[in-house]
Amino acid sequence: MEEFALIMRHEDGKKVASPEQMQAWMKQTMDWIGGIAAQNKFVSGTGLPFDGARVVHSNGVVTNGPFGEIKETIGGIIVVKADSFEEAVAFAKGSPVLQGEGNTMEVRKIAKGDGVH
Amino acid sequence: MQQPELIPHLFRTEFRKITAVLCRLFGINHIGIAEDIASETFLSAVETWSYKGIPENPTAWLYTVAKNKAQNYINRNNLFTEKIAVQIKHSSSEKLEMEIDLSDKNITDSQLQMLFALCHPSIPTDAQIGLSLRILCGFGIDEIANAFLTNKETINKRLFRAKEKLRAEKVAIEFPHENEISKRLETVLTTLYLLFSEGYYSESQNTVLREDLCMEAMRLTSLLIENEQTNLPNVNALFSLMCFHSSRFAARKSENGEIILYNEQDERLWNEELISRGTYYLHQASQGNKLSKYHLEASIAYWHTKKADTKEKWESILQLYNQLLIVEYSPIAALNRTFALSKANGKQEAIIEAEKLNLANNHFYFTLLGELYTGINNDKAKKHLETALSLAKTQSDKNTIQKKIEILKIKVS
Repeated sequence: MEEFALIMRHEDGKKVASPEQMQAWMKQTMDWIGGIAAQNKFVSGTGLPFDGARVVHSNGVVTNGPFGEIKETIGGIIVVKADSFEEAVAFAKGSPVLQGEGNTMEVRKIAKGDGVH
Repeated sequence: MQQPELIPHLFRTEFRKITAVLCRLFGINHIGIAEDIASETFLSAVETWSYKGIPENPTAWLYTVAKNKAQNYINRNNLFTEKIAVQIKHSSSEKLEMEIDLSDKNITDSQLQMLFALCHPSIPTDAQIGLSLRILCGFGIDEIANAFLTNKETINKRLFRAKEKLRAEKVAIEFPHENEISKRLETVLTTLYLLFSEGYYSESQNTVLREDLCMEAMRLTSLLIENEQTNLPNVNALFSLMCFHSSRFAARKSENGEIILYNEQDERLWNEELISRGTYYLHQASQGNKLSKYHLEASIAYWHTKKADTKEKWESILQLYNQLLIVEYSPIAALNRTFALSKANGKQEAIIEAEKLNLANNHFYFTLLGELYTGINNDKAKKHLETALSLAKTQSDKNTIQKKIEILKIKVS
């Protein structure tokens, strides 16, 4: 069994949602994660709130971020256990983030600490 | 009180106190001696009281006799005097005779310290439970055997090995250091939780014994609450959980001993006082910033004290199970979460989720699928329940499933 990171990408992080929408997303996200945990496949996860985010540039300049020229941003990340990329992708497909047009889920294998990867 | 009732009553309340105090005095290597002296004390009581009548203060009588017996043992046993008593003398300026202290405070302290010693992480869990029942709850070997549905030899062996292990690991009978308490407490709470569950879910036909197990688990947990250093949020949460569960004692068994499922229980039989105590301790538990699995389970149990099916109830239970599974996965939590999902989000969604659970040899899993398919596809529901029946191990589980199949047959025809 491998571990995979499922990275939630929002096409436009600045989009403002209504409180009702946020409430609904929150429930859907919790149900989605709960469903993965019910299969004993959940490892860890965290949301990455946009509030107060900063971007540090190579010239030392710090800007309010994370939105620079591109609006796309990362909204959260969870780590799951899966036998294959296919299984991890199937988990990603359940993410409510995908209900937002243009949003994506990125699936990445976690490097093992075995010196090979 | 008549003597036939008095002795068992005193045995239940005093045996463990004497044993805990003597264990602490003699050290972990001599648990057996402490047990023997406590047992002999009760034998003396039976012999003496039969002829001379019951003394005015039976408890004080027992303590005096136990002290004398312990003192005699110390004086008589050379090996003991040379090796252990020397240490005792050195560790205290008081005279040896004053050391056998059966005051309330020392009894409580000894029981708490023994609780931490017996629930040492190096001791296997079933041995921790067995030893706690024997030493801290004063259960007889046959009672423990009955609770675990096994025989006396097995329990004797288990306890013997556990005592060997305590000796080998040189477990100290002492209160853990302040910075170790929360870590050591985890094991203690797990044992108390399992002790309670053993009583609550035991297949033993002996209802009184099962309730006793639960009561003892609650008594030991409340010892922790009464102690300032261990009066922590997760201890209160566990106690709250125990209160909520035990509030349903009277309602969950029929007159002929069959389990009555939650939704068929007569809620008028639920114990209001225990429910409000549970609520009180859940409130006490809601301090601090660590959410333990006991908090989540107690909160789930809290919602179950409200019989009416409301959207709020099932949505709350679903979210609590989501969190519980993130904290700690267990098959039963996964199944209960899926049941809550069916109540909150509908059966169709729950069926899809249930089929991902991968619990193919668990009869509760097929019972759940049977439940979910009922009214949607009754043939499938029946097939799942039949699979559940073939996997069920205990008679009461089989009876429950059989009943569901019968009800389904009526619906189909």
